[in-house]
Amino acid sequence: MQTAQTDGVRFQPASDQSLLIYFGQQITPDAHQRVRKLLRLLSQKPITGVRNLNPAYCSILVSFDALRLNHAGLEEILRGYTNRLDALRLPKGRELKIPTCYGGEFGPDLNEVASVHGLSPAQAIELHTSVTYTVYFLGFVPGFAYLGELPEALATPRLDSPRRSTPPGSVGIAGNQTGVYPFSTPGGWRLIGRTPIAMFRPDRRAMSFLAIGDRVRFTPISAAQFAALERG
Amino acid sequence: MKTIQVQAPGLLTTVQDLGRPGFGPIGVSPSGAADPISLRLGNLLVGNEESAAGLEMMLLGGTFIFPEGAILALTGSDFSATLNDVRVNIGASLYVRPGQTLRLGSTNSGARCYLCVQGGIAVKPFLGSASTHILSGLGGFEGRPLRKGDVLRIGRSSKRFRNRTIAQLALENFSRRKVLRVTPGPQADWFSESSLGAFYAGTYRVGEQSNRMGLRLEGPAISQRGASEMITEGVSLGAVQVPAGGSPIILFVEQQTTGGYPKIANVISADLHRVGQLRPRDEIRFEQVTFDAARSLLVEQEELLSSRELILV
Repeated sequence: MQTAQTDGVRFQPASDQSLLIYFGQQITPDAHQRVRKLLRLLSQKPITGVRNLNPAYCSILVSFDALRLNHAGLEEILRGYTNRLDALRLPKGRELKIPTCYGGEFGPDLNEVASVHGLSPAQAIELHTSVTYTVYFLGFVPGFAYLGELPEALATPRLDSPRRSTPPGSVGIAGNQTGVYPFSTPGGWRLIGRTPIAMFRPDRRAMSFLAIGDRVRFTPISAAQFAALERG
Repeated sequence: MKTIQVQAPGLLTTVQDLGRPGFGPIGVSPSGAADPISLRLGNLLVGNEESAAGLEMMLLGGTFIFPEGAILALTGSDFSATLNDVRVNIGASLYVRPGQTLRLGSTNSGARCYLCVQGGIAVKPFLGSASTHILSGLGGFEGRPLRKGDVLRIGRSSKRFRNRTIAQLALENFSRRKVLRVTPGPQADWFSESSLGAFYAGTYRVGEQSNRMGLRLEGPAISQRGASEMITEGVSLGAVQVPAGGSPIILFVEQQTTGGYPKIANVISADLHRVGQLRPRDEIRFEQVTFDAARSLLVEQEELLSSRELILV
């Protein structure tokens, strides 16, 4: 298996038509910056034959047309990109707010999450809204943003058995991550609230409400405000 | 404008083309035909670009009326189709007169049948593709499987009918296999020698819960060497991931774009279309090949698909 290492960058074939680039094996702000920078370089100067990019915490999966590229050739081209990352300056991420109605039917797991940590529901809400989160990447389904880091005092494991369906807009937590379900999908994250914002809309110019690198804060709203915002 | 009236939708019938690669950064998986080779062959039979949108049917086909007539072809698994009660062959172009009814049944071998129509199925593209992504309700016809009463529009085309069939040799090449060829997954070394041995020696049954997102396999359980914690990363089409329970899952066309389970193997590109023809309770095995071998098999397959002998006129 091909593996090589320079500057903490490691390449690993994932399939006969994809190659993983790892920037270390930890979720760190530095790895995140490098993921963003490489994505930016690849969108500014696309590589012929590359078909898709799946960014994550500290890696990017590069899928390619196997009739035009192979792992070794692509790795060599990508090294030309990764060597330029340090010199690149990223634009500042946008600052966005996600109004969220916590608890009750919108956040069926809020009380349990709070009690696991010896908190009142109000304290749990305060903790969740106290932090500015970074959008590490979008993945899983269209528009699903992996947000970190959740305050340690709220970190809670996933549900033992995932729900068959989560209402769109559900705000969940899993480990030290938090995120919003854009669609009614199965999900194992603990639901603490819901936002009326559409996280993904194909008829909007920016289909995904959030983009990699955005800075996000949750703001508490009442059920009445939720209803008003939902009506738009 | 020619149309298709859906009199019965079948079990799960969706509009699919060759998918929408390139939107991983916003979490959108490519989707597209589960057996793209059958879709491509069907389009060639009716004189379309091979990427045109057609209908993908699963296990049980639908009943369709063509009020203005059409030129079409059925490919993939044989769903015992009839045109106005006369049996029609798969893998051949078919002239449908105005008002005729195409009725598809079920299948005993394979899982998916494709209906391609000259001009293609016309839907509003989402991110450049007509493919339906069922889970998110995006793309295709109103983002969902077809229902009784739907009326689909056929794209404009004025080519005349030509009798075309797929060469027997090609059909044999694309036929089903019980052994899927795989390359090592990015976390293959996370699994013990005995687990890797069990994975390659074992027979797996395709679970009932399988769909376009993934195929759940029942068979020898696979365990990890240690308790390494996986950091969520991008997952490739055909990845064989192993969750904590030890039952492998093949990630398929409507897969999630990222995931947190280790991947023991990945189905080679040249065998992905065969995954699209697996049905619940089918038994499969895995055979490891090198990346070079996987590439050669893909090149051979593409040479066959572009060969002059593929379609007999």
